[in-house]
Amino acid sequence: MLAFGMPAGFTRDQIAAIAALAHLDLDAAEIDLFARQLGEILEYAEVVQQLDTAGVQPTSSVAGSHLSDRADEVQPSIDRDEALAGAPDAAVDAGFFRVPRVLG
Amino acid sequence: MSATIREVRDAIRSGTRSAADVCSDALARIEQANPSLNAFNTVVADRAMARAREIDKDPDRWRSAPLAGVPVALKDNLCTRGVRTTASSRMLEHYVPPYDATVVARLEDAGAVIVGKTNCDEFAMGSSNENSAFGPVRNPWALDRIPGGTSGGSAAAVAAGLTPVALGSDTGGSIRQPAALCGVVGLKPTYGRVSRYGLIAHASSLDQIGPLARTVHDVAVTLGVLAGPDPADATSAAEPVPDYTAALTGDVRDIRIGVPRALLEGIDAEVARATDAALETLRSRGATLVDVDLPHARYATPVYYLVSTAEASSNLARYDGVRYGFRAKDDGPNPKDRGLRGMYARTRAQGFGPEVKRRIMLGTYVLSAGYYDAYYLKAQRARTLILRDYDRAFEQVDVVAMPTSPTPAVRIGERVSNPVQMYLMDVFTVSANLSGLPAISVPCGFTGGSGTAQAGGSPSSDGGLPIGLQLMGRRFDEATLLRIADAYERDTEWPTQPPLPIPSR
Repeated sequence: MLAFGMPAGFTRDQIAAIAALAHLDLDAAEIDLFARQLGEILEYAEVVQQLDTAGVQPTSSVAGSHLSDRADEVQPSIDRDEALAGAPDAAVDAGFFRVPRVLG
Repeated sequence: MSATIREVRDAIRSGTRSAADVCSDALARIEQANPSLNAFNTVVADRAMARAREIDKDPDRWRSAPLAGVPVALKDNLCTRGVRTTASSRMLEHYVPPYDATVVARLEDAGAVIVGKTNCDEFAMGSSNENSAFGPVRNPWALDRIPGGTSGGSAAAVAAGLTPVALGSDTGGSIRQPAALCGVVGLKPTYGRVSRYGLIAHASSLDQIGPLARTVHDVAVTLGVLAGPDPADATSAAEPVPDYTAALTGDVRDIRIGVPRALLEGIDAEVARATDAALETLRSRGATLVDVDLPHARYATPVYYLVSTAEASSNLARYDGVRYGFRAKDDGPNPKDRGLRGMYARTRAQGFGPEVKRRIMLGTYVLSAGYYDAYYLKAQRARTLILRDYDRAFEQVDVVAMPTSPTPAVRIGERVSNPVQMYLMDVFTVSANLSGLPAISVPCGFTGGSGTAQAGGSPSSDGGLPIGLQLMGRRFDEATLLRIADAYERDTEWPTQPPLPIPSR
């Protein structure tokens, strides 16, 4: 498509490294598929690199008139039991979310 | 067959029908059609009937409420207290939110009767509704074809007459494109016009909630209910909300419509023909057509996929199997699977579908150290250039017109294996999200010219598929979009009913 700057596709190791950053446990078939597809998508997106954006400010939000800060007042919110109700593993009596062990 | 909001309201006010009658009819139609369409993930029949009877009991209280007794379908990424909200993902298959989205509360305050949650692409990522964990939605005009996405269930429900109105969300065209492909009206409001509180986030700088309905009037009524500031969404705007129905004057003689001719080269011939004919109709009503140049528009789709995937990868980091939603079963034999991080990675691997994983991967990559400047920051600078094109265009014109989708509805399965081909379906819709501008899709014809389709949709026929005209407007000027769309609608007699009855399975 373009004669320069085209991402040359991804290696399996690169895909595995991105998956680790994203906490995604991909299988071998997914790694191969994404190695090809991410390369194709970025090749398609390579056209953006041609744009001269020198001195152009980035746009991260198009929100116009922001609401001013809310008054610092206590408002109703869901209680602890409700917050825990959707948890896959809640220690309801203790009021905690339970997770697998982190250390050792 | 479902009526419009206006017809439902007139019938209830005059006493010819009760809200309970209207609701039970809608539920019966859903029961009949949903096995063919797969438009609903969840139907809340008992809740809806109880609500309708409540409205019937107190007619004085609800007399002037704009949606009293009107059945409404909600895209399944809008949180409903006590009602399962899945985003069409295994990750949230059993998630029951402890709160209502602001739009849900506003609909109910206006008297709406929520009948169910509509199928969509998983986490609103896709262009065809084929990415749902609960199977694709089928287009009521041709059951072998996509309804568009991501609000495909909402568009199909309205097109098939299951409810007069439905809510969708639009991150890159997800209200407008399915509206076009299903032959209904769909509006993406200005960024900030409608509160996003309780919308399951996809890309927070692009997402907006909006209505789909069979008439421009019904979209105007619903927008009036949804719009306005919300303390729970800091990006919601304080701009006053006008009476949108008052804008529907039929008069477009003062209107200048910009047409980006260069952008339209190479699109489907029938879409081009329908777009030209629609613009000619508006010209004959007194509007002026003006050529406009949008030099950076061709960068919009790649910029969109860099920006939206970056935001999505960040937003979807919250699905970790800890606080709510799916968690993968106990640790596997492999030591790397054990512990907290192994649980995260397996939960996300098993809970997310392929398109969501693909976008998390792409977004993680473009945000990662060493690539952030080249991809994400570059795309944000390009976003500025795209925005400026529209600012310049709106110095000369009131709206910019183009097709909503470059093609009519494709067959289910046709593009699913090629992400780039799928992304190209968004070429005309993503600019409104990148710029935050309001945009509407209004039906402007059918393929095959005659506007008739075979009953149930004939797999061999390319005719009878709806085409949509898109109008983009100035920030917070939804009123002008609605005025033009309504004026156009007055001059057309496109069939509004798909070739039902849908054969039940």
